[in-house]
Amino acid sequence: MSANPIQSPLPGDNGPLRPPMNYRTKGMRINSARRYATNHLITALSLASTVVVIIPLVAILIYLLYKGASSLNLAFFTKIPAPVGEEGGGMANAILGSGIVLTLASAMGIPIGIAAGVYLAEFGQGKLLATTIRFTADVLNGVPSIVMGIAIYSLIVMQQKHFSAFAGGVALAVMMVPTITRTTEEMLATVPHSIREAALGLGVPRWRTVLSVSLKTASPGIITGCMLAFARVAGETAPLLFTALGNQFWSYKLTEPIAALPLQIYVYAISPYDEWHRLAWAGSLVLILMIMVAVTLVRIYAARGILKGAS
Amino acid sequence: MGVGIDVEHLNAWYGTTHTLQDINLKLPANHATALIGPSGCGKSTFVRCLNRMHETNPIARATGVVKMGDTDIYKDEQPVVIRRRIGMVFQRPNPFPTMSIYDNVASGLRLNGFRNRAVLDETVERSLKASALWEEVKDDLKKKSGASLSGGQQQRMCIARALAVDPEVLLMDEPASALDPVSTSKIEDLIFQLKSQYTIVIVTHNMQQAARVAENTGFFLNGKMVEFDSTDRIFTNPKDKRTEDYITGRFG
Repeated sequence: MSANPIQSPLPGDNGPLRPPMNYRTKGMRINSARRYATNHLITALSLASTVVVIIPLVAILIYLLYKGASSLNLAFFTKIPAPVGEEGGGMANAILGSGIVLTLASAMGIPIGIAAGVYLAEFGQGKLLATTIRFTADVLNGVPSIVMGIAIYSLIVMQQKHFSAFAGGVALAVMMVPTITRTTEEMLATVPHSIREAALGLGVPRWRTVLSVSLKTASPGIITGCMLAFARVAGETAPLLFTALGNQFWSYKLTEPIAALPLQIYVYAISPYDEWHRLAWAGSLVLILMIMVAVTLVRIYAARGILKGAS
Repeated sequence: MGVGIDVEHLNAWYGTTHTLQDINLKLPANHATALIGPSGCGKSTFVRCLNRMHETNPIARATGVVKMGDTDIYKDEQPVVIRRRIGMVFQRPNPFPTMSIYDNVASGLRLNGFRNRAVLDETVERSLKASALWEEVKDDLKKKSGASLSGGQQQRMCIARALAVDPEVLLMDEPASALDPVSTSKIEDLIFQLKSQYTIVIVTHNMQQAARVAENTGFFLNGKMVEFDSTDRIFTNPKDKRTEDYITGRFG
């Protein structure tokens, strides 16, 4: 049954059931120098690739620190932009605006994305609707962000006749949904069927099983998907150009144009003033740090929640 | 207390494959019944029809009457209610990987909305004692993940999990086939004790196991039940030639 028929007392011994020696490649020989070399070569290559992947990331961070850190001060985080020619000023309104727009986008995009992923993985098998949604999500994932901005511009901004934080949030939410939907679906697919059966066999209703067992088991992967989607839209400028528009002053209202870090960086970076260029660098650094902090916090929090177990 | 199950004209299909053909069987209360037969003969499908797990597969279908006491399980109740009354232990231990030992055992109650701490504590302890696992895990109930236990311990935890919802019938689909001999004998001892309180149906490939734990044995072949009798008679004096061939190891 499970006994291995290809077994012989000595390595290299040509037992009755083993293929004849000339069928075997040189690599199969014990202590083959070539196999040893190949092993080390492949290990070295994967290590080298890892380093190559990390270099740009580290390089960007260092360059941002070098260019931007000197312009970071308390005013940067507490003041709104100063008029041209005046010294000082900060991006406090843009930091707050990014926070508001991203919170809005996450509040809309994450639940919809996860719910759609749950439908695809748990309820939609073989259904035409599921195939259509999957295809749509994949296409949507490939839509350039500027196109998304124009679409939301005509759907919301044109209808309401004004730019708004809400429109910006919707634009980013629509960009988050396909990524989250597809990762949720794929992560749910990795949850073993036997675990679902365990819950169903205990008389747990299907919806409960999906929520408390399937989603719970897949949650580390789903959280990663949400974080990826979040980090991606946090730096988006194009979809905000025609929706949130930007604002040089404090703004908290969802119905009014609102500042956002990427927009502010964009405006400052293409301006002709050195002072603004420095602020743009500082803004980029803050944007990256904000994303890193947000992702790290969620990971720590999620890891705790998962270790704590069920409820 | 356990309750008996009457099966009349049970037929089951997977897609177009007729997996179970006209099964008639009475499973007496507070007894263990073993189901034997070669792989693919329909034993597992049969037990899955008893607690309506069969229909969780979208291409599966079943007809016939299955009565538990006075309840017609296909007509009188929702599947979730039936599955709470007829517990199931699967072939491979399937703990919830994100849950501690405690949470695993309490899951059946919790996921059905039960929240009373004191009762949960008491149920977890009683269930783990009943499945002979309490002494081994009582110190790290909430510290250790259910998946960190050994295979045999996991399976006993799964039995505790099934017992915690207080079923009347326990279905066991080859509960020891993935375990080593020591764990297997522990599970068998357990079945022997559980019989006093539950009606047990155990699918097994191990004929000694059937002989050790079950009063009655049914022999399945190609989707039909060939013979059903007391375990003694099945193993010493089977009526059907095919049963005799199978238990003497001439095929299967």
